[in-house]
Amino acid sequence: MQSIRQNDPPDALPDFRNLGVMSRILVGVNMLALLFAVARSRGVADFTDRVAEIAGRMEPVLLGVVMTLYLASPAFGRLAYRHGLPAVLATVLVVTGALSPFQFLFGGSGDWREIVLGLCYAAVATGLLAWYFHLRNRAFSPAIAEARLQALQARIRPHFLFNSLNAVLSLIRTDPKRAESALEDLAELFRTVMADNRELIPLGEELSLCRQYLNLEQLRLGDRLHIEWQVEPDVEPVLVPPMFLQPLVENAVYHGIEPGISPGVIEVRIARRNDRLLLHLSNPYFEEHQHRQGNRMALANIRERLQLHFDVEASLTTRVNGGRYEIDIVMPFRAAQ
Amino acid sequence: MTPLRLVIVDDEQPARSRLRELLGDCGEEMPHVVAGEAENGVEGLQVVAAAAPDIVFVDIHMPEMSGIEFARHLQILERPPAVIFVTAHDQYAVQAFEVNAVDYLTKPVRAARLLAALKKAAHGTRVTRGVLERIDPQPRRHLSVAERGRVILVPVSEVIYLRAELKYVTLRTREREFLVEESLTQLEQEFAAVFVRIHRNCLVARRLIRGFDRGVETEGEAGWSVLLDGCDEKLPVSRRQWAQVKPLGKGHG
Repeated sequence: MQSIRQNDPPDALPDFRNLGVMSRILVGVNMLALLFAVARSRGVADFTDRVAEIAGRMEPVLLGVVMTLYLASPAFGRLAYRHGLPAVLATVLVVTGALSPFQFLFGGSGDWREIVLGLCYAAVATGLLAWYFHLRNRAFSPAIAEARLQALQARIRPHFLFNSLNAVLSLIRTDPKRAESALEDLAELFRTVMADNRELIPLGEELSLCRQYLNLEQLRLGDRLHIEWQVEPDVEPVLVPPMFLQPLVENAVYHGIEPGISPGVIEVRIARRNDRLLLHLSNPYFEEHQHRQGNRMALANIRERLQLHFDVEASLTTRVNGGRYEIDIVMPFRAAQ
Repeated sequence: MTPLRLVIVDDEQPARSRLRELLGDCGEEMPHVVAGEAENGVEGLQVVAAAAPDIVFVDIHMPEMSGIEFARHLQILERPPAVIFVTAHDQYAVQAFEVNAVDYLTKPVRAARLLAALKKAAHGTRVTRGVLERIDPQPRRHLSVAERGRVILVPVSEVIYLRAELKYVTLRTREREFLVEESLTQLEQEFAAVFVRIHRNCLVARRLIRGFDRGVETEGEAGWSVLLDGCDEKLPVSRRQWAQVKPLGKGHG
């Protein structure tokens, strides 16, 4: 039973502050309205009239509902699903009911039958959307599990592990203190790699993981590896998917530093712009090295996890610019509570 | 027994010092001297020329030139040293080594394995050019020329043309000419993306084709010849190759 329950993801209310969720609600309700108009119309001309009429009366209410859900989202987040769902339904009905007396402003009659019809319509729409989000949750959860699995497999190249172990071995006789701290870094790195990577973590944790990783690379690459950090001080508490930066930094070392004889610079810039977190990573670009080992695995994996966590609010773009390979990531600025 | 002369080629300093340490541990059973170290293949060829080692340890994953390409260039020496490949993790290379029965060490290296490899190499087990080509069919980044006991490297990107003449192939760069002991057909296969055959005996760099000129007599008939950036020679295009070569002149005027 235990294992079956683990595989079956718990239902959860959608995040009403997510742009993707909001647009799905708006599109979904409007689609229902169209169907409703089709059912009630008696011809093409009548249909357009119906649409105009329904839209005129429904949109203000719909916007009111979405705004209320947006504002109340943190409160819903604290409720279990079996309490949260009725709470959402009640909120929708209360808002719809409260706005209905003002329908005459938009050409409605304010007749009680229309108000009841509006409430029924709101209840049906809420039910159907809840069902849709439930199905979507089920459809995407195996993907989360799989993404986690990929996170386990695709992270940390064996090449890095064996070279690092070799570098640590080279220190044991001459510099045992440094060997100790290197092994501690390695242990910490693998503890994170093997952890359950489903929950968001503060960016500060991910950054210290990257630093531990880079310490190890510095050990074996020495002067060839230079890192320039530009991290704004207030970004550390932002919640990010675990292991989203380390694989990119690892790629930067593998594709940008190792193929070069002369020293190279990896640049990491993290900044806040209003409610967005902007992350920029760049490294020297070696064209001929790209054919040999693709780094698309890690990129695809991170893109997928960003999408699972933030839907359309996050993006990852790459380009080659002036002999450097650049990655830009944008994601919502959400601090831990 | 005279001590073995060894050279270590690896881009990571800790890896080189670790190997030295382990070699030190094997010193009693296999007396040796480490006659040189290098951090990439280009430097490694100079070190080998100066140190004349019996055995070279070569890391596979190195910048500028892979360990396998380095080993291929070593083979043009009159008495090439034995090569022991070292790799942290390179699935393809390891598979190829197994298939071709080439000895290799994995990092971290164990003293016992190192000793066994040393003994085997000291008994004169050698890899051949053919085996190395099979292990890494990737095009090389340099062509090598033996001159007075040294290996001179010519980056493939600097080669203007390659022309077969009797026993040798003439390699032309902007500055000078070299003689290469390789077959034109194999060069054509290896560097199909870089060179195009314009004649039975000649390959030219695709990106250097500037245009064509009419009026050079070839085998009694007036044909086309190709003009190349960085060299004033006009090289005749055979009628058989003309259809393939002609489109490459476009966009260069």
